[in-house]
Amino acid sequence: MPKVTYISHTGESTTIEVAVGTTAMENAVRNGIDGILAECGGACMCATCHVFVDPAFLDRLPPIGEEQEEMLGSTFEARQPNSRLSCQIEMRPEYDGLIVRMPARQT
Amino acid sequence: MDRVVIVGGGQAGLEAAAALRAQGYEGTVTLVCEEPHAPYQRPPLSKQFLLGKQDAGSLPLRAVMFYEKHRINLILGDRATEINRGGKRIHLAGGGSLAYDHLILAVGARNRTLPVDGREQVVYLRTLDEAETLKQRLTEASSVAVIGGGFIGLEVAATARKLGKMVTVIEAGPRLMARAVSPLLSEFFLNLHLAHGVAVRLNASVDAAAGADLVVAGIGVIPNMELAREAGLAVANGIVVDEYLRTSDPDVFAIGDCAAHPNRFAGGRTRLESVQNAVDQAKCVARTIAGEPTSYGDVPWFWTDQFDVRFQMAGLGAGHDLHVARGSIEDHKFSVFYFKEGRLLAVDSVNRFGDHVAARKLLTAGTPLTPEQAVDESVDLKQLATAHS
Ligand SMILES: Cc1cc2nc3c(=O)[nH]c(=O)nc-3n(C[C@H](O)[C@H](O)[C@H](O)COP(=O)(O)OP(=O)(O)OC[C@H]3O[C@@H](n4cnc5c(N)ncnc54)[C@H](O)[C@@H]3O)c2cc1C
Ligand code: FES
Repeated sequence: MPKVTYISHTGESTTIEVAVGTTAMENAVRNGIDGILAECGGACMCATCHVFVDPAFLDRLPPIGEEQEEMLGSTFEARQPNSRLSCQIEMRPEYDGLIVRMPARQT
Repeated sequence: MDRVVIVGGGQAGLEAAAALRAQGYEGTVTLVCEEPHAPYQRPPLSKQFLLGKQDAGSLPLRAVMFYEKHRINLILGDRATEINRGGKRIHLAGGGSLAYDHLILAVGARNRTLPVDGREQVVYLRTLDEAETLKQRLTEASSVAVIGGGFIGLEVAATARKLGKMVTVIEAGPRLMARAVSPLLSEFFLNLHLAHGVAVRLNASVDAAAGADLVVAGIGVIPNMELAREAGLAVANGIVVDEYLRTSDPDVFAIGDCAAHPNRFAGGRTRLESVQNAVDQAKCVARTIAGEPTSYGDVPWFWTDQFDVRFQMAGLGAGHDLHVARGSIEDHKFSVFYFKEGRLLAVDSVNRFGDHVAARKLLTAGTPLTPEQAVDESVDLKQLATAHS
């Protein structure tokens, strides 16, 4: 199972093993990781699951879809080139080791 | 120490508990949930969960460890039966009682049911337990009658159809989702369902469900307001609250599906049934209780997924005197803008994500938009929204 590391804005790091096909958001919630709120439950409607993807992994992720592209315009912390909505990152074996940093605030 | 008791562990109750801690509230927080499950999401129940694409394990809004870490006392499977406002205490069906300094009623709503006439086989959908039953019954049925052409009925119809069932939607009124959308959208969704092989009977009686293997009813909800009423709090199609979400007792608040609140987008008092309203009212009440009185004024938004359509709504369109469309209805990519006396009220979008996001911003900021600008694709709505915010 691929591993994902979540790093909070204060530098606290948590690494978990996740099932292929589940989203980075859903694993954060299931594991009680603060910093991802996911108010809409992964429907790409709230932008409170915003993360900054470690640049080393950016080119492995699929291109940002139209819905995500638009919703990224509503994040609380300003969008960066490596901004993603974690509910739209569906885990694949080749993302093993993925590192995402969480913003100080989601709302 | 200050004590907050929250009655109801739906999304509103959970988000209020979480938001109190996020606000730095240091008192005790207790969340009383009638259901046996820790707070979970309802939207997937008629969508991905029913379809079998999402398992029950992904529904909880927070993990068990979250409650421990944030000192939220979670009481499951017990129900508040009485509020003693004089003594500032609530009583539970299980025999216990809880003292409060601030009480938040997040008791939600329950399904309206059909008059019983031998139709006890009718299935309803609000809770996870009901969703499990419906999911099981769906595997055994080959024909499904859905009574009620509202959002939930139509989502269930679309899901059942995707699962290969013969589906009939039975709607008493002349058009679909009449309470929430304009005739233009009702017509669009009628055609969408017909194109996917759903039979739709408008102006029909429940008798049209006869013979179906499975009958599901989604005919609206009734706000849970008995607890409040018996405690002498004002109720009227919901628990009546002011702009701070306070009931007629300043120590008692009501939020989410049960709260009849003044809403600047409705131009009066209303009750909304949406994730947005549950979450934003929860955050608002948490700020107020944490010492920063905050009035509720967030822009309403909602979504529904049916077949290949993502439908998003921003604002409240009731009472509009003009509507214009942007984009292409044939291509299933368009938005409808609603105006009243020249002022933008709401935007409904079909697979037009950018319009929806821009609409939320325009409505939040009160940015003026003319119907001419709305239909003109060369006008960049996002830019307009950013320029004014
Ligand atoms: C199938 C379905 C699909 C939906 N899809 C969408 C969607 O796509 N988009 C969207 O925006 N919204 C959707 N909604 C609406 C959204 O889920 C609700 O608006 C939201 O859940 C309301 O949250 P709430 O906490 O106010 O109320 P509820 O979710 O009703 O929660 C209230 C809780 O309080 C409990 N309770 C009641 N009385 C007591 C008592 N006396 N003591 C203790 N506990 C009590 C109830 O058992 C319940 O668990 C959907 C709803 C359903 C049912
Ligand atoms: S969880 Fe709401 S957009 Fe990702």
